[in-house]
Amino acid sequence: MIPVTTESRPTGPGSVPETGPAIEVRRLRKIYRATVAVDDVSFSVRDGEIFGILGPNGAGKTTTVECVIGLRRPDAGDIRVMGLDPQADREDLHMIVGAQLQASALPAQLKVGEILDLYHSFYAEAADLAEIMDSLGLAEKQNAYYKSLSGGLKQRLSIALALIGNPKVAVLDEMTTGLDPQARRDTWHLIEQVRDRGVTIILVTHYMDEAERLCDRIALLDRGRIVAIDTPDGLAGRAGVDKRVRFVPSKSFDDHLLAGLPEVRKIEHEGEHVIVTGSGDLANAVILTLAAAGVTATDLHLDIANLEDAFVALTGRHLHDEIGRVHR
Amino acid sequence: MTAHASLLSARTPRSAFGKLLQSETKVAWRVPLGLILGVAVPIFVLVIFRAIPAMNKPAASLGGLTWFSVYFPVLIALVLAMLSLISLPVHLATYREQGILRRMSTTPVPPAWMLAAQVIINLALAVVALGILVVAGTAGFGLGAPKAPGGFALALILTIAAMFAIGLWISAIARTAGGAGAIGQLFLYPLLFFAGLWSPQERMPPVLQHISEWSPLGASVHALQGSMQGTFPSAQSLLVLVGWAVVFGFLAVRFFRWE
Repeated sequence: MIPVTTESRPTGPGSVPETGPAIEVRRLRKIYRATVAVDDVSFSVRDGEIFGILGPNGAGKTTTVECVIGLRRPDAGDIRVMGLDPQADREDLHMIVGAQLQASALPAQLKVGEILDLYHSFYAEAADLAEIMDSLGLAEKQNAYYKSLSGGLKQRLSIALALIGNPKVAVLDEMTTGLDPQARRDTWHLIEQVRDRGVTIILVTHYMDEAERLCDRIALLDRGRIVAIDTPDGLAGRAGVDKRVRFVPSKSFDDHLLAGLPEVRKIEHEGEHVIVTGSGDLANAVILTLAAAGVTATDLHLDIANLEDAFVALTGRHLHDEIGRVHR
Repeated sequence: MTAHASLLSARTPRSAFGKLLQSETKVAWRVPLGLILGVAVPIFVLVIFRAIPAMNKPAASLGGLTWFSVYFPVLIALVLAMLSLISLPVHLATYREQGILRRMSTTPVPPAWMLAAQVIINLALAVVALGILVVAGTAGFGLGAPKAPGGFALALILTIAAMFAIGLWISAIARTAGGAGAIGQLFLYPLLFFAGLWSPQERMPPVLQHISEWSPLGASVHALQGSMQGTFPSAQSLLVLVGWAVVFGFLAVRFFRWE
């Protein structure tokens, strides 16, 4: 077992020390009857960060965030969200935390506009209703009943409600499950915009591409325990899986040209294709070096170790197969 | 406290309760379960009664009272039972089953607001239905004002408290709408039987009459009927109602879950 990492690196020079982390979870433990759902989970989320929680079904992801937003009482451990105790300061917490949870719904017979208006009224300093509707493409659906919405629209409404209170922290649990690829990309773009406004985001997901694209750091969770916390690149690096660049050179070149680069470990030829294996900023180094020698890399493919590889390397189990059966 | 503390001056605007009530009223209008059970059913029963000539004639077997005046408190019990045992729990359990309560529990709105809104809506339906009963009873069946109005009002309020406490307890423990409907009916039919819906209390065998006095709607009908004829409700009737209200009110609060 890889040792549990709680904090992988010191906070950067730009951080403000007196503010402390936006979210601090220490030694969280939650038991359902005989099952330990979450065991000794610790992490901290910095202000303005997108923090991913990634893992297979039953890993304890949802339980963890439910404890963070005060919906479940931990059996042990300590949680602070913007300095608040989720159990003791629940109402205050919900004023500044927006949540989009799985297995939650809205009254079938209310219209989109009515729901938004209702939830808007819950918050003292709510976001601009028209702006939220526009940014999530809900404006033209105002008069549609909730029950008539497609899965994608329900999901978008759910995200809108998570953001409607102008939260400091947003907790998004499987926010793109059930969305088509275009809607997923739109949602990612929206999340990045929300982050740019200074909102700290916890993103629970089982989609590797989503975590890689959006998260500043990721906690890999498996069977209730944290396996590793790191940046997406850092995790892939820990997996010990090399990056691979595959291309067709515009003209032949001497392998030594690339072999001397610190990023490169191995060079192979496969017909007209050249496959370079290595680490770091491999693609950039290869392309620039070739270009300097007047060689263009065409038909370029990057084969980067991803979080799936990292998960397999760190746990010996597959992330994707397991959830694939449940969610697809 | 940390630097974050300055963020926390704000509270949920109290006007939000009005919004919640308004939106729950829309739902109640668009899914008219309470409207049908609590208002339409008693109107339907009134129409049937009107079609039976004997309802309106004093009967020697009822001590000179008309069948309608004997049945009037039972109709009140019917309205309150439908709204408290079926309409309220089925609605709240639907919200629980579908995750609507879970969604709301992540907002700063105090959880009790949703319960309060639902109780208010069902009480409003009860007021409408009781109003119709009184108007129709007076105009169509020669019903007079209760001769002990204070006792009548007290018995009515305690009946509402007892029945809604049972309804909230069902709402608290039922995970699904189907479950709430089943538990509600498990209470509904026996309680209406002891209220005298199928056979007036006066005609029940002594054993059943005795049980009836301890049941909430039996005690209620007994107290309401007495008040109409001029007898202030007995302490036993009122205490039975208080007992049901307190016990089930406690159980409802104790076992309520959002999921």
